[in-house]
Amino acid sequence: MARTGPAFRASTRGQVLLTGFMLALLALTVAPLYWLVMASTHSSHEIFTRPPKLLPGSDLGANLSHLQSSVGFGRVVFNSIALAVCYTLLGGVVCTLAGYGFAKYSFRGRGFLFSVLLLALVVPTQLTIVPLFKMMVDLGWLNTYQAVLLPNLALPFGIFLMRQSMKSLPDELLQAGRIDGCGELSLFFRIALPTMRPALAALAMFLFLFQWNDFLWPLVVLRDPSSYTIPVALATLTGSSDVDYGQLLTGTAVSAVPMAVLFLFLQKHFVSGMLAGAVKA
Amino acid sequence: MTARTTRAGSRLAPYLFVLPALVLFAAFRLYPIGWSFVLSLFHTEGMEQSWTGLGNYQRLVHDPLFWKALGNTLEILVIQVPVMLAIALGLAVALNSALLRWKPLFRLGFFLPVVTGLVTYGLLMGALLNPDSGAVNWLLHVLGLPEVHWLTDPFWAKVSVMLALTWHYTGYNAVIYLARLQGIPDEHYEAAAVDGAGAWRRFWHITLPGLRPALLLTVVLSTIGTLQLFDEPFIMTGGGPDNATTTIGVYLYQTGFRYFDFGYASAIGYAMVLIISVFGLIQTRLAKEED
Repeated sequence: MARTGPAFRASTRGQVLLTGFMLALLALTVAPLYWLVMASTHSSHEIFTRPPKLLPGSDLGANLSHLQSSVGFGRVVFNSIALAVCYTLLGGVVCTLAGYGFAKYSFRGRGFLFSVLLLALVVPTQLTIVPLFKMMVDLGWLNTYQAVLLPNLALPFGIFLMRQSMKSLPDELLQAGRIDGCGELSLFFRIALPTMRPALAALAMFLFLFQWNDFLWPLVVLRDPSSYTIPVALATLTGSSDVDYGQLLTGTAVSAVPMAVLFLFLQKHFVSGMLAGAVKA
Repeated sequence: MTARTTRAGSRLAPYLFVLPALVLFAAFRLYPIGWSFVLSLFHTEGMEQSWTGLGNYQRLVHDPLFWKALGNTLEILVIQVPVMLAIALGLAVALNSALLRWKPLFRLGFFLPVVTGLVTYGLLMGALLNPDSGAVNWLLHVLGLPEVHWLTDPFWAKVSVMLALTWHYTGYNAVIYLARLQGIPDEHYEAAAVDGAGAWRRFWHITLPGLRPALLLTVVLSTIGTLQLFDEPFIMTGGGPDNATTTIGVYLYQTGFRYFDFGYASAIGYAMVLIISVFGLIQTRLAKEED
């Protein structure tokens, strides 16, 4: 158990070697993001000069105003934020209610319904986009927020995450509440919900991130540039043969940097949420 | 309130909790899944629809582009996934090692790419790998290595997609492994060390068996993810050059939304479900047999 002298000396050498090696790997991992942030402050022709620009330039403002004139970037950012916030709130409600129902009640069909939810994880989203697209056309919902939001509100991952976290709530607590004459809904709000705080934080972050980064479905249902989200708008920019990398990378940085900062502050919740969703199998 | 109504109320309660999710799920997931099967039995051209039965599936079997897309997808699966998981395993073991300093810094840094969206990192990788002027080719030049036609050569385009995937997902898998590693009791390692087992044997006989459930999970998740691969090739190369990075997902999208052949696109989708199910079954079967 105790480390003896020679072994300890060997381990300090190992410490330096391993930490050094990992620092090199870390640099390799983070370098693309660093370069992205620097590139967003340079003009298109400066970005690709050799050696690469590794210090901030002065073109961030110009890049942003190019973005504004080519894709209406202000509106696009607004759309992304609004959609992610709405999705987090509505999806949070749907997933939390369902997770609680599946975790804390036994009812006819529970096992069957839950396995249908899980089975859907295996069906590729690309399979359903064609009929879903037709549904949205028939409903006249193209270019609307509800078309983007509704199909993913009952996110199996979210329901699973909330069910896992609810399972640890003792049934006796709910039973005691019932004896005191508490209704089922107020049991949920007064007893269950407060204990779910950490899981709710993880869920909220996942839902926000999911919507913020989602690409395929918004690309399909958003046809009017004024309804685009950031990923969709950026993808249209790459379509032209003469890509303006200054504005493209600035838009990319605007999409990535806020999420990275959010993650830096809230990483505990991210990781715990990811693991709660992953421990099953 | 009588006892009778309370009981009726609580019998209904669970259904009310799961109802919103189930209604949304049935309307926007199950219904389209069924509908797309019906669609796959029709030939669609513009607004015209005609019954073709299994015609779309027959066409699939004789479609060289479908086989090419399937081949590309499987190539990425058998090359990129094992490499990525091996790196993730190494990272997790290092992150769990008593020898590593500044652990929180490393955990943060290696997980950062996971947070960046598919479009974001697809564009970023596209710019870095730009054959004429990207930073990666500059680096190769400085090191005295030949520059590479990353996104424009069929072989290197595939490598580019694999590099991007690896950059993005390695940290995610490493975190799953790390959580599992932290659950292996230190006593196991100490007992083995007392018995004279070296680092390699301890890894082989304690670490790997302890990681089995996590390994299986990541293999299944990565397999499903890779078979559904769409965003990265779509953003980085658009499926080119010469269809070298056309995956089944990209082919499905192009068939449905560039050529508006919804019937055929649905057949491609169902072929994909079939392939994913087969892989899933094989993997869980193999995992069981090993036990």
